Amino acid sequence: MKNVESFTLPSRILHWVMAVMILAMLLIGVFMASTVGSGYYRLVALHRSVGIAILVLAMLRLGNRLHTPPPPLPEDFPPVMKIGAHASHILLYVLMIVLPLVGWGMLSAGGYPIPLWGQSVLLPPILPHNPMLWAELRSVHTLLAFLLFGLVLAHIAAALFHGLIRRDGVLRSMVFRKSLDPISQESHGD
Amino acid sequence: MTTNTHTLSGSILRWLGVIALPFFLMLLFLWAGGWLTPYRLTQVAMLDALQKGSGMHPGFRRNHAKGVCITGWFEGNGNASSLSMATVLQKGRVPVVGRFALAGGLPYQADAPEKVRSMALRLMPSDRQEWRMGINDIPVFPVGTPQEFHDLQLASRPDLTTGKPDPARMQVFRTSHPWLQTARAQIGRRPVSSGFADDTYRSLDSFLFVAEDGTKTAVRWAMVPVQPVMPEIGHANDHDYLFHKVIEDIHTHPLQWRLMVTLAGSGDAIDNPSKGWPQDDRQINAGTLTLTGIGSEENGPCTGITFDPLVLPEGIMPSGDPILQARSAAYMRSFYLRSGERPTAPAVSPEMTVPSANARDKKS
Ligand code: HEM
Ligand code: HEM
Ligand code: HEM
Repeated sequence: MKNVESFTLPSRILHWVMAVMILAMLLIGVFMASTVGSGYYRLVALHRSVGIAILVLAMLRLGNRLHTPPPPLPEDFPPVMKIGAHASHILLYVLMIVLPLVGWGMLSAGGYPIPLWGQSVLLPPILPHNPMLWAELRSVHTLLAFLLFGLVLAHIAAALFHGLIRRDGVLRSMVFRKSLDPISQESHGD
Repeated sequence: MTTNTHTLSGSILRWLGVIALPFFLMLLFLWAGGWLTPYRLTQVAMLDALQKGSGMHPGFRRNHAKGVCITGWFEGNGNASSLSMATVLQKGRVPVVGRFALAGGLPYQADAPEKVRSMALRLMPSDRQEWRMGINDIPVFPVGTPQEFHDLQLASRPDLTTGKPDPARMQVFRTSHPWLQTARAQIGRRPVSSGFADDTYRSLDSFLFVAEDGTKTAVRWAMVPVQPVMPEIGHANDHDYLFHKVIEDIHTHPLQWRLMVTLAGSGDAIDNPSKGWPQDDRQINAGTLTLTGIGSEENGPCTGITFDPLVLPEGIMPSGDPILQARSAAYMRSFYLRSGERPTAPAVSPEMTVPSANARDKKS
């Protein structure tokens, strides 16, 4: 088993807090955008505030990431996969920032007030009122959200591939306790 | 041999481990989006039901499609300010953009006395604590839940051959929803006024007024005309007589309504707009709406927004009425779809809303 350095504690905390938030947002999003049921108003309110929280955290995380570079991938990792891993991480960062901006922007273009929390605090519009733009951005929000979901699934599968198939310590670099990866303690395999 | 099968089953297990979580999340996502539960009532199904009744009219509202933009102001008198801290209900004037419309998804339908008329308003105080509403001229709503609304749309959709609702289908809906009979009777025997200007429009749904100290009061409200109410007279030969009339009316003099807020009495149904409230509930005159301008939807200020009844200022909250939630969701989807479509010219054209020589004479 190779020794891969771990992500720093702040990086790991940010990763897992945001992982939970983003998965929740994707599920809440498709649920509320299809429902006419009694949770609609509250879910949309929650969706707006958590979405903006993700935007803020993603910018902090980007700063953190540029400040403390992540541990390198294992040396024997095929270059194609390395490129894939890097590209997918960049795309994840882009989507974590662009998706909430599109959400905020589309409601601005639709002429909606955008309460941040409760009804008293309103976010300012970031785009001019323009119904055509609203319709386009509303479609883009769906498209990017679906792209993000696909990417997250692939990302999770890749992380588990590292942890269960390659057992190269990459999964461990993002989890908290080394013992969380018991299968790789077994003697067969590498 | 044993080690071989061991590693083989081990590696299958590991691969299963790799795909299990993504697979589970995928299922959860599909379920949340309603793709695994075709019987669940969705926004799309709701709009489809509306469209089945009226056909596809790109660029138009999926309901209340035929309308005209209006402008003016609302002047609160402060009478309701102890019940709600909403800035629009304090003393003072706020600009208003609104819309008169006929219910139904047909943008070119002929005006007729018994068709449901509506007023939609967007009250815009300077602190951006907007109040939007869409209110109808019927005493109660014909249904109490989104599912009933959906089923009623399907039951009342016009038959392809006759162009009229199929009486048999309507009968099935009626006999399966006996609890809606009172509402239907109340709507059927409502007095019908001569036009938009002398009509009374009601919120039907209930809301909660929230006072400074957090006290919540369940309310409904109505816009009651200041203009004298005239009886209906026939206009068989004018396809757009209601709109012609209100355009003429506004150009002749400003039109006014009083905002009458009704407080729920004990025992009043808060969460069901198909149930009326008794006449002796306490009422508050909360202010006056004045309309001075009217213009076509083609270039008017009421087209690029939706009058979502849950766009509410601080001081007004939704009640538990399930129809409100369905409205908010359906209006957003309708607004999304129509904003991306290329509309045809509306029935009420910009030319029609220009003051006639007649109206100009009366004004001066
Ligand atoms: C990372 C952040 C976000 C994620 C992952 C996300 C995800 C989603 C998803 C999956 C949908 C459903 C799309 C569909 O099925 O058509 C959705 C819809 C929506 N999102 Fe977001 N969103 C995010 C941020 C935001 C923000 C910041 C806002 C607003 C400030 C917002 C406002 C909306 C609205 C208004 C809808 C449509 C609701 C409806 O159609 O009834 N989103 N979002
Ligand atoms: C159960 C779910 C998840 C698992 C097991 C997981 C696992 C991992 C692992 C092992 C890494 C380290 C890869 C490396 O060494 O480069 C990583 C990195 C990363 N993960 Fe996840 N992840 C999960 C969910 C998510 C979600 C939902 C997101 C949201 C977009 C996300 C975003 C990222 C990003 C952007 C990185 C790059 C590292 C950084 O700079 O922060 N992950 N993840
Ligand atoms: C579940 C029940 C309902 C559904 C699904 C529904 C659906 C719709 C839709 C899709 C629109 C078009 C929105 C747009 O494109 O901007 C609309 C407009 C409208 N609805 Fe409803 N509606 C419902 C109940 C009600 C009730 C209870 C009222 C009255 C109290 C009402 C009053 C109005 C008015 C006044 C408009 C026109 C707004 C305007 O002029 O722009 N609706 N409705």
